[in-house]
Amino acid sequence: MSEISLQIDGKEVAVSEGTTILEAARSLGIEIPTVCDHAQLSPYGACRICTVEADANGRTNLVASCQYPVEKDMVVRTKTEQIDKIRKVLLEQMLSHAPDSEQLVALGQIYGADRDRFEKESSFCILCGLCVRYCAEVKKKDAISFFDRGAKREIAFLPEIAMQECWDCKECFPLCPTSALQAAYVLTEALMTPSVVPTPSCGGSCGCK
Amino acid sequence: MSRIKSPAELEAFRKEILAQRDPDKPCITLCSGSACNATGSGKVAAALELEIEKQGVTTEVVSRRTGCHGFCEQGPIVVIYPQGICYLKVQPEDIAEIISETIKKQKIVERLLYVDPNSGERATLEEDIPFYKNQKRLVLGSNRKIDPRSLEDYLAVEGYQALTKVLFEMTPEQVVGEVKDAKLRGRGGAGFPSGLKWDFARKAPGDQKYVVVNCDEGDPGAYMDRSVMEGNPFAVLEGLMIGAYAIGANEGYIYVRQEYPLAVANLTVAIEKAEEYGLLGKDILGSGFDFTIKVHRGAGAFICGEETSLLNSLEGKAGEPNARPPFPAIRGLWTKPTNINNVETWANIPMIINKGAAFFSAIGTESSKGTKIFSLVGKVNNTGLVEVPMGASLRDIIFKIGGGVPGDKKFKAVQTGGPSGGCLPEGLLDTKVDFDELSQAGAMMGSGGMIVMDEDTCLVDIARYFLAFLSDESCGKCTPCREGIRQMLKILTNMTKGLAKEGDIDLLFELAEATKGSSMCALGKTAPNPVLSTLKHFREEYEAHINEKRCPSLSCKALIDFYIDPEKCKGCGACFRKCPAEAIEGGKKRIHVIVQDKCTKCGGCHEACPAAFDAVNILSGVPVPEATPEEARAIG
Repeated sequence: MSEISLQIDGKEVAVSEGTTILEAARSLGIEIPTVCDHAQLSPYGACRICTVEADANGRTNLVASCQYPVEKDMVVRTKTEQIDKIRKVLLEQMLSHAPDSEQLVALGQIYGADRDRFEKESSFCILCGLCVRYCAEVKKKDAISFFDRGAKREIAFLPEIAMQECWDCKECFPLCPTSALQAAYVLTEALMTPSVVPTPSCGGSCGCK
Repeated sequence: MSRIKSPAELEAFRKEILAQRDPDKPCITLCSGSACNATGSGKVAAALELEIEKQGVTTEVVSRRTGCHGFCEQGPIVVIYPQGICYLKVQPEDIAEIISETIKKQKIVERLLYVDPNSGERATLEEDIPFYKNQKRLVLGSNRKIDPRSLEDYLAVEGYQALTKVLFEMTPEQVVGEVKDAKLRGRGGAGFPSGLKWDFARKAPGDQKYVVVNCDEGDPGAYMDRSVMEGNPFAVLEGLMIGAYAIGANEGYIYVRQEYPLAVANLTVAIEKAEEYGLLGKDILGSGFDFTIKVHRGAGAFICGEETSLLNSLEGKAGEPNARPPFPAIRGLWTKPTNINNVETWANIPMIINKGAAFFSAIGTESSKGTKIFSLVGKVNNTGLVEVPMGASLRDIIFKIGGGVPGDKKFKAVQTGGPSGGCLPEGLLDTKVDFDELSQAGAMMGSGGMIVMDEDTCLVDIARYFLAFLSDESCGKCTPCREGIRQMLKILTNMTKGLAKEGDIDLLFELAEATKGSSMCALGKTAPNPVLSTLKHFREEYEAHINEKRCPSLSCKALIDFYIDPEKCKGCGACFRKCPAEAIEGGKKRIHVIVQDKCTKCGGCHEACPAAFDAVNILSGVPVPEATPEEARAIG
């Protein structure tokens, strides 16, 4: 693998081919905010909070740093007025679904996002896909998936798989930045086997039997 | 007929076909595209067959069911060659007369001719009809001459000459060079130079490569690709094979919408015929080049027209985009280098090879070459498919070819480029059809949708309509597209309902910037275009909706009221009888009054009121005047 040199926020760096802008920035100690990024999962590009400005091949583009591979002599800016504005709007959009998410509230403070700017959607899910991708890529079980598309897109467990696999796993729970997953899981659990497993008031997530 | 094994055998076969065809023998062609089928082309065909037999002219005429002629407004269309006599809106009962008069006595059936709505003049020949006269039909031209299911017909119009030339006289590099020199740009929307795209795929390392036809045409009202695929599938196949040879692929996929059954059927027949004659399969024409094609039917997602989503869908995955780079030319179908082009792009290829890059690049503007097919729809007299050289003005397309706006209505805007395109006002009608010029004006070429709107169309509502479409069709994977469209749609919906707030325009701009700037694929990146272009050119309409709660086009139901002018009402009762909501108080020789609480704003009263009275007004942004008191309603 050949080394590719580029510049991020004025700092020169050389990284191996195929490295993403996000990884290259991290190697320099430059922090780019992310929501859907996860060390064990392949880049997905859903939240777009990691959007940066990149000059390459004579053109300036806004790109998702988690997915965009570095290019020779690329010049990257991770923080501009335009990017900050975009991040603010994206956070406000996500906060309309999950206004109490600690991670989103903290990021929102950095970018001046108003969590009440848009009408509440009360889905509690921002569709970052961490649960879906973790189950598919790390656990290789595909017990949870996306359904429908566009504004109607949602996550749901597949009962047939979930009732076999999820009881002793639940590794996706702590990944969820909004607690939506637990709600969805509990719902499925309740729908799945009402006669076999009585649903406790806590939804089973506290570990009680 | 067995497999054709060499170019010489192909030419011999072509000669044999041509020898059997007398160019002076009357040939009755009947348009049998989806649009004409819907207006009864099937029954006309049956009548034609019956009547030819009945009047004993079986040996004197040839009849042929062809693909779409383009003038869909006037279908079913019959054209009689060699003269090119064109009969429109032909019904089964007209056939006997066409045979007895035109075929037997060379007399014209006047009533079936095109009549110019403005001058009242009739046009006998196809080429004299303004709709056709001002077009340049390089790609669509063969549609009206050939039966799409007949390989013989395709061979009779120089079919497979380009493939032979490529396989035996040109290297893959030369083919790519020819397409580059022609300066062909992709007809699917983005307008990327096709030759360059081919070159990327050709140079990409790997033994296994693929070529793909994108026939997942999804723009509302657009059907260019459908008509090319239905009417001339062999041209698409030939173009695809030339591309495959150029990049080094031996397998091709054609992704066609499930909703295009006739395109799938004609394509399937064409593939079977080509296989039967050895124009697909192993060692084509003895050249050593192998090529196979599979047809894949799309399940109806608009996003699958986006190339990475299409490839995911082909692989059996959810139709969602991937980040680019890597581009499909490097890592495409099943991670192999893949070249994907739109139907119209592929259909241009045989012509470029046959006539040469110089011929093609001589047509059009500096940056856009060749012709482009548009589906001209909406408030325009001649709706249909039009093919014009690049550089034609929107004005010429809408007024010379399209015949202008029907009725006495004024032209207001033209929307080009599908849901992600933009609306241009009258002041920009001299804009040329050119990839860059349309983008600069705030619209885009897109795949060729062109929707004409008249003064009754509310542009805020149009922006809302397109955002609603995109909200359903976004895959929902990334935040700015999914949520940005959701929020913009909410604002626009509120505007049309009179619920808009001050600051909504600024918020629209802010949302648009985030959606445009950070979405993953072209759907999201261009989704704000309907909003941005209407804000740019029709901002006063937005302001009227927000500040005055007024719809200047008198179209948004929540912002209009129907009111009968007591001074003009003659008490005829036409509106009273028409009203489905029993919202009109009437009576013989009495001033009629609309009870506003009961009115559903269907507009029936407005249509019913005789033009001479013109008593029903549509109000917007003003209070409805007090109703005339009961005791004062007697007329005369």
